[in-house]
Amino acid sequence: MTSFASLAASPQGQNLSRAASASPVNLVEFIEVEKIYAGHVVAVRRLDLEVRRGEFLTFLGPSGSGKTTTLNMLAGFERPTRGTIMLEGRSVDRLPPYERNIGMVFQNYALFPHMTVAENVAFPLSVRKIAKPDIASRVRRALEMVRLDMFGDRRPAQLSGGQQQRVALARALVYQPSLILMDEPLGALDKKLREHMQIELKQLHDQLGVTVVYVTHDQSEALTMSDRVAVFESGALAQIGKPDALYKEPADAFVANFIGENNTLEGTVEQLSKSTCVVRLGDSSHVKATPVGAMRLGDEAKLTIRPEQIRLIDAASDESTRLEGKVEGRIYLGDHQRLLVRLGNGQELMVKVPADESFHAGAPLMLSWSPADCRAFPANPRS
Amino acid sequence: MNEHGSQLVTRESRLLRGAETRAGVNDGGWRAMSSRLVPRHEGTRALALAAPLLVLLIVSFGIPIIALLSRAVYDPSISRALPRTAETLRQAATEDPPGDEVFAALEADLKEDQARGTVFEFAKSLNSRLSGARSQVLKTARLLASGTSPSRSELIDAIPFWGEKQTWSTIRGGVHGFTSFYLLSALDLRWGVNGSLDFVPAGEAVFLRVFARTFMVAALVTLATLALGFPLAYLISNLPLARANLVLVLVLLPFWTSILVRTAAWTVLLQKFGLLNDALIALGITSERLELMYSRLGLIIAMTHIQLPFTLLPIYSVMRSISPSQLRAAHSLGARPLTAFRRVYLPQALPGVMAGCLLTFILCLGYYITPALIGGASDQLISNFIANYVNVDLNWEMAAALSFMLLAFTLLLYAAFARFLGLDRFKLV
Repeated sequence: MTSFASLAASPQGQNLSRAASASPVNLVEFIEVEKIYAGHVVAVRRLDLEVRRGEFLTFLGPSGSGKTTTLNMLAGFERPTRGTIMLEGRSVDRLPPYERNIGMVFQNYALFPHMTVAENVAFPLSVRKIAKPDIASRVRRALEMVRLDMFGDRRPAQLSGGQQQRVALARALVYQPSLILMDEPLGALDKKLREHMQIELKQLHDQLGVTVVYVTHDQSEALTMSDRVAVFESGALAQIGKPDALYKEPADAFVANFIGENNTLEGTVEQLSKSTCVVRLGDSSHVKATPVGAMRLGDEAKLTIRPEQIRLIDAASDESTRLEGKVEGRIYLGDHQRLLVRLGNGQELMVKVPADESFHAGAPLMLSWSPADCRAFPANPRS
Repeated sequence: MNEHGSQLVTRESRLLRGAETRAGVNDGGWRAMSSRLVPRHEGTRALALAAPLLVLLIVSFGIPIIALLSRAVYDPSISRALPRTAETLRQAATEDPPGDEVFAALEADLKEDQARGTVFEFAKSLNSRLSGARSQVLKTARLLASGTSPSRSELIDAIPFWGEKQTWSTIRGGVHGFTSFYLLSALDLRWGVNGSLDFVPAGEAVFLRVFARTFMVAALVTLATLALGFPLAYLISNLPLARANLVLVLVLLPFWTSILVRTAAWTVLLQKFGLLNDALIALGITSERLELMYSRLGLIIAMTHIQLPFTLLPIYSVMRSISPSQLRAAHSLGARPLTAFRRVYLPQALPGVMAGCLLTFILCLGYYITPALIGGASDQLISNFIANYVNVDLNWEMAAALSFMLLAFTLLLYAAFARFLGLDRFKLV
């Protein structure tokens, strides 16, 4: 605990003094930022986004969604085609990366192989012309912070993946940048180590109070670590919000499917009010749902319902939403099991059920859910 | 919080240790299995696989080289031509000129050589060690052939050559067959009359200057290829792979023609009324035509052109392996472009630079055809002298001695690099 405090409290308050003129809430603002390659390939389109001071914000999206390009523009490796990026209240459009004072952790760590661990961590301090004794003590504190103080004399190649990851982190933190960028930093680690590092990263963030922008394509990683998540889809920001808000109230079908598991059904809107709608599925069955986004009667709609929100009911029960299906397959997962159910109209649903009930293939089932849990999105959103 | 964290770290290290142990067990199992499959003849098997190449190398390369180089220290021509003299010198005489006994043996040997017709060969061989000896030996042989048998003092009176200490120390140096004469000559050294090691007189000294010139030209060409090749390698390594390969093909294009053709092409370009001079005049860069042929400058230009790919390729292959994120990381950590280049990029490119430079330097030490065709009389390198001794002077002993010295210098240089920089730091591919 002492090591964190001393690192945070050591001198060099250059970031604080600069922050005085900036917005008290937002550290970074993207204002109508666009990135277009070769004149026509749109990597990022009209992005408006704020990074709040001290938060852990994750850019989440599949590959090619523009999240890494956005991060690179913030780091200064790429220039926006249009728009402005503000850091600490001033535009950084003309500021090269080495003058932005942003810490960055790379996907492959990008440790310098010809330097020892200590030299790697000392590098940002020595290019800032800090006095040698100061460098030594700050490097030691930074390495203590990531619990690698015994490894200062080793070369990066002599460390495990997780240790290299922590060196990269120490190197990005040692000069106390107000903002740390991380580009899929855990991508190369195995699952166990990755989960462990997620917790450790989150702890470091909480204790240092530094602002983190984190890029990943792994939605569970994003939900675990983030204060807020920005979901990117084909170059545009699809939704930004707290993890639970994204899970419970996705703004469109893409987010609904990308965050957590979801079933998708297709149908036509038959009745529509402000808070509920009735959608007819392929056959004659009707489903009540909560409409999200602009829809009109007769539109094609996509319905999403999460596996854990589907209930099995008696055939005799009189629920308003009731769908008949047959068990097609079963996945046993220890604490629960998942059933693949084929509905009468041919569409498929995944249903989460308790582990101890037994089902056999072909058994008929009656499914139901609350209209509040089932969301109806326009299948072809009008822009 | 901290406690929790350290618990996690312990768990991680336990996991890692676990992985190691498992790997160890696996490894052991594999070793046990492989030793069963390949019953302890692995060394023999490797030798058998490499044997055909090894035999070819030894027969066609190793043995001839050793045979040739051995001529630098083993020259039986004197002991063969003067068997009795050699025998008596070995047994008795200690002072120069020696006593009657040796002179009697010498006269008998020379008479026999004259009768066999081998005296001319001996005269030439002695002459190569002691200039002017040829005519003296032939004169003596003619004198003896006339039927006279002069005593020691009579012979010395008639031909004072036999009374000189230098004559006898030279002969004495050859009676064992083994001689240090040629190796010392290659360094402009020789044994003095009283057993001291002296430099030959300034007028006869040749080889140290030629060695120095050879190393100088090799160093200049290496520097020139580095100055041209390093920026080009950097440029190519930053291109997308498809375009990088295209540019590499252009760089390697000269490789596809023989070195002789390229050198001949340079003679056309470098002539006084050649293309290069025409272009320089036309552009108004010079007003007079430069002497580029038969000059050091022309030689270095041509050698640089031929050697460029050898320097460039190792540098390029190492640069290609440096991830672009290295420089990005350095920039993000606050290093300005020059600092990032100097402290992060250059040290990682250095193994390639050293390999490329060493390759070019060593190849330049052995250049023959280009200095022969483009260099002037004062631009001939050590290889040209070796070739001359082999082809024109037929003095293979001297050629062998110079080759030996060149080989020794090259190996020393390589050893020094390997010692101070570490062999693992050379990256050829």
